[in-house]
Amino acid sequence: MLAVDEAPNPWIDPSYVTDNWDTILRYLGEHVRLTVGAVVLGALIALPLALLARRSRYLSGPVLAASTIVYTIPSLAMFAFIFPFQGLSATTVLIGLVAYSLVILVRNFLAGLLGVPADVREAARGMGYGPVRLFWQIELPLALPAFMAGLRIATVSTVALTTVGVLVGHGGLGQLIYGGFNANFYRAEIVTGAVGCVLLALVADVLLAGVERLVTPWARAVRA
Amino acid sequence: MSAFGEAMVYLNDPYNWTRRGGILELLAEHLAISVVAVLAALLIAFPIGVALGASGRGGGTVVVVSNVSRAVPTLALLTLFAVSPIGFGNRATTIALAVFAIPPILVNTYVGVRGVDADVREAARAMGMTRGQVIRRVDLPLALPLIMTGLRTATVQVVATASLAALVGGGGLGRLVRLGFGQQDYGLIIAGALLIAVLAVLTELVLVLLSWAVTPGPRRLPWQPVRRRPDEAVPEPAPSGMPL
Repeated sequence: MLAVDEAPNPWIDPSYVTDNWDTILRYLGEHVRLTVGAVVLGALIALPLALLARRSRYLSGPVLAASTIVYTIPSLAMFAFIFPFQGLSATTVLIGLVAYSLVILVRNFLAGLLGVPADVREAARGMGYGPVRLFWQIELPLALPAFMAGLRIATVSTVALTTVGVLVGHGGLGQLIYGGFNANFYRAEIVTGAVGCVLLALVADVLLAGVERLVTPWARAVRA
Repeated sequence: MSAFGEAMVYLNDPYNWTRRGGILELLAEHLAISVVAVLAALLIAFPIGVALGASGRGGGTVVVVSNVSRAVPTLALLTLFAVSPIGFGNRATTIALAVFAIPPILVNTYVGVRGVDADVREAARAMGMTRGQVIRRVDLPLALPLIMTGLRTATVQVVATASLAALVGGGGLGRLVRLGFGQQDYGLIIAGALLIAVLAVLTELVLVLLSWAVTPGPRRLPWQPVRRRPDEAVPEPAPSGMPL
């Protein structure tokens, strides 16, 4: 029996959280910054790609095939591939996360855009809508539920994936999980990191669900 | 020399493959962990999914399980099992991976069996099939495409996540990447990453072919052109599961 086995090592220790509040907040901040950055950048790149892919099946085929392949690459390998270019920095993690959120968002954006009934677009064009106004006033509102569903999936997945950033030392709350493992299996630290990740994902999902309700008031009116 | 060039040199040295603790040994370990984890998950999730789907109960629970599992980081679960009394190593890794493989199999089996046309089931009953026969000869063949999707998602996820186990003392190909970071050897990092990525893509490919082989009725490989009217050309919204 080693001495380390006899030392108390509880799974849940509130004093760990209170004693290390500053550290936890710092990692939480990094986690939130990486997640928000990845989803926002991913959305900004995914929207033009989806608009382009919608134009023809010859474009949508390669876009969807490429997204499937990127999706299949494990995160550990993805971060390792980017590492030689960006080193041990948060940028390495951000680029990898953008790649993953991008492929989720392209698929959902494309599904949303293709879900707009052709009759509606034709009617709008017949009423004199130009391409820009058609997108903003007709297609975007109709595709919004699919867009928001994509954003929610991308956000929750990104929160979970950010932890793998420990590979290059920028994993947000993942640093607590990995740090606890390396600090002689310090369970309280590991559980704090893990629970923090799950809570962050749930909070983000609830927030986005609220945004979805706000931006699609007509959906509520129908249900009521 | 660039990291990618060094990686090619490393991968071209046969000794790196065949020596003790070399690529082949790590690959075998990786595959063994993955296969056991997927089979264990299949053994647990498949009967539950079929039972719930056939009875039509528990749909809410299945959806909640699948959504919550998406929010739990794989690294967290791997670490939690590694520091539990099971002890770190391949056993803890296998259990953690099996836990992760359960939701995709469970959800897809449930949805597949649940989606079988009630009329078809009723017709089968009217023809004198017993409850077990209806499940074996009507429900399962009709639900097979979705069940195979679940199995594919779970397997690719497990093979991909198994590489993370190296961060918390597990085995498999992730060790190369971990070792590369430890030794500041960029070539080794890239070589490990390449092997992991190729293995994941190959797994996906093998499972796609397997689903094609076992699916009854009209079938199509993903890269074959879709024969359908243009106004129906809506792709599936997102690949099932989550990136790893």
